[in-house]
Amino acid sequence: MTVKTIQAPLPGTFYRSASPGEPVFKSVGDAVAVGDTIGLIEVMKSFTSVIAEEAGTLVAFHVENEDAVMAGQPLCDIDA
Amino acid sequence: MAISKVFVANRGEIAVRIIRAARELGFATVQAVSAADGTMLAARLADETVSVGPAHATKSYLNKQVMVQAAIDSGCDAVHPGYGFLSENAEFAEMVEAAGLVFIGPTPDTIRKMGDKARARQEAMAAGVPTVPGSAGLVEDVAAAILAAREIGYPVMIKASAGGGGRGIRVARDAAELATLIPQATGEAKAAFGDGGLYLERFIGKARHIEVQILGDGTHAIHLFERECSLQRRRQKVWEEAPAACLRPDQREALCTSAVRLAERVGYRGAGTLEYLFDETTGEFFFIEMNTRIQVEHPVTEMITGIDLVRWMMRIANGEPLTIHQGDVRLNGHAVEARICAEDPALGFRPSPGTVTALEVPGGMGIRFDTMLYPGYAVPPFYDSLLGKLVAHDETREAAITRMARALRELRVEGLPTTAPLHQALAADPDVRAGVFHTRWLEDWLAAHPLGSQTPNEADTSR
Repeated sequence: MTVKTIQAPLPGTFYRSASPGEPVFKSVGDAVAVGDTIGLIEVMKSFTSVIAEEAGTLVAFHVENEDAVMAGQPLCDIDA
Repeated sequence: MAISKVFVANRGEIAVRIIRAARELGFATVQAVSAADGTMLAARLADETVSVGPAHATKSYLNKQVMVQAAIDSGCDAVHPGYGFLSENAEFAEMVEAAGLVFIGPTPDTIRKMGDKARARQEAMAAGVPTVPGSAGLVEDVAAAILAAREIGYPVMIKASAGGGGRGIRVARDAAELATLIPQATGEAKAAFGDGGLYLERFIGKARHIEVQILGDGTHAIHLFERECSLQRRRQKVWEEAPAACLRPDQREALCTSAVRLAERVGYRGAGTLEYLFDETTGEFFFIEMNTRIQVEHPVTEMITGIDLVRWMMRIANGEPLTIHQGDVRLNGHAVEARICAEDPALGFRPSPGTVTALEVPGGMGIRFDTMLYPGYAVPPFYDSLLGKLVAHDETREAAITRMARALRELRVEGLPTTAPLHQALAADPDVRAGVFHTRWLEDWLAAHPLGSQTPNEADTSR
């Protein structure tokens, strides 16, 4: 068992769902496939998807929805 | 009640602009500051700062309770909302007034009335201001939309009543397209604005966006001529001018006096802008909407009239009558404004927050740079990308554009890419020079003139 940490690709605001009120992309315990969207990062009103590059199980989030994140900041852990 | 201390309920370059105007009137200033904005220029310039919450705007600059409480707690007697954020939020204006503070802007009732595009359109029609042929109020369903579109004539635009900034707009070329798009647009408007109300308007293919600046004291209103804002990308203005060179004097007179009629009809107080579409082929102009706040591009109007709009907003809010008469407002020369944004035009306008490692600001006669930048400032990623507005004023349009090109060569922002190279290209373009463009011209032009990748050396510098 290897835990991989997904980092913020760029600084901005982290969102766990596509828009307020919609279900989250992933919850702790969910299976994650390569290419799955984990969240969005908003930079100056422009949105970038955070995509899983490895498959596994999402075991922990390090940030909350709407948190400010820095580039490289750990977002979540995936048990591959 | 006389104003003595102003709460700046905004950030960025407009907060700086508000602080400057307030200070010239002898008012103290308190700057609202989110967790990401402690080092911003407005925070450095203001007499005091007050923390209003986390970086995320919905928890700080858009949080009505927090903002009003911060204004009260810091002993302010007035609130300037700037543009964006809570500037056109009637409920916020009401809360400010209920707390016994002055809202520097129109009454909550005016904001509500003119902020609702369907109602604003009805007011315009009642004031004898031409409007784009469209549906009488909201269209309830597909059948009603098709019936309305038959009267209006295709192509028609589907617009969200609660929308703004170009969001929620679709174009249908025939009844079949309309039948497909109406349900989609309803769903989208409901999700985006919490209100699924839609209306229809004639779509004008090659329109110019022309807007009239007005000032009112609740009884009297005057216009300060018009601005031409057709150069847009994704319905966001990129380059603005005053006046609109495409108008004949009689057209200008008809346009601007129509704006005054509407402003006086609604008892407008403060600075406001009426946006119109101008069909150059027929010479017709149509009112589309009103912005009940100061606008980003207000400096071009200030440059050609010599009238300080933000200061007048505060004087009017402070109970002064408007002592400028229409005959006193003179149109002097021409002004152009380039929006300098933290975006990389060579990479599809990718947002580019970062730290300003060096800054050289243009100067000389006729140049004005309203900016939030200073050397060492870290532009946060959480807000709009606008860094500043470079404005050039000169005797003629041609000279103003030449002066803009000269100033752009002097501007040096190091540490992050900006849209300055786009403006250099625009200032050199024959169509821009000739003033021949419309609202969709820039997107076509960008497709035909890709702003090539900068060399690695220039990648994080824009000159």
